[in-house]
Amino acid sequence: MNETIQILSVSHYVTLCTILFSIGVLGVLLKRNAIIMFMCIELMLNAINLMLVAFSAHSQNPAGQTFVFFIMIIAAAEVAVGLAILVMVFRNVNSIDIEKLQNLKW
Amino acid sequence: MIQNAFYILSAIAIFCALMVVLSKNPVHSVLYLVTCFFAISGHYILLNAQFLAIVNIIVYAGAIMVLFLFVVMMLNLNQQNTLEKDTWVKFACVIGGGALMLALTASIRTAELTTLSVTPLSNQGTVQSIGKELFSTYLLPFEISSILLFAAIVGAILLAKKEID
Repeated sequence: MNETIQILSVSHYVTLCTILFSIGVLGVLLKRNAIIMFMCIELMLNAINLMLVAFSAHSQNPAGQTFVFFIMIIAAAEVAVGLAILVMVFRNVNSIDIEKLQNLKW
Repeated sequence: MIQNAFYILSAIAIFCALMVVLSKNPVHSVLYLVTCFFAISGHYILLNAQFLAIVNIIVYAGAIMVLFLFVVMMLNLNQQNTLEKDTWVKFACVIGGGALMLALTASIRTAELTTLSVTPLSNQGTVQSIGKELFSTYLLPFEISSILLFAAIVGAILLAKKEID
């Protein structure tokens, strides 16, 4: 498969990941629905994963890909616990609007 | 050829990521996010990381997104899609996100990555090589992550179950 050596530079991937990460941050800032904020966090994690894979392919080091694998495990655990917390919040407050969760506000 | 694939996949990923934020219906957001994850899996295949591409589809587009869809369905969120922030707050949010992207791009431009090029090894991202890494160098983190997953399962059940009094 020597003919599939790529002409793309790493900066292509870095630019793409920067855009995806910023869209995720924008979603977390912009939305009031907690589930969509969670989805934007997943988007940010995926942007970082893609960047790690690009750098691992660039430096010919498989450690980056194993690290991405561990990030996926952490993300799965985080989503399970986070969605359980969201279900509990919905049961207590009867809404998923984060503006209603201001008991800790000073 | 590869460059065209890269640009097409990037366009799909960025469009779907934008639609996740912009669409009003949470179910549409979930479906756009699934499409975005498939585009990112395409990027993994372009980077010769076949194992991660398959795992990304199975774990993210399969398991996690089904979890999201189930929660959206259970909470019946379609009646509450009028959750919007004030216009001024939205304006400030967009300015903040844009400033973050500007800062990241400006800092990365100085890192002199432009001369380097991606030349993936042919057998680097295969199941065999990743599995060898996982079960030799990273054996302890691998086992610890199984404990973490177990704790997450127990915690999720404990948090989400109804109180029986």
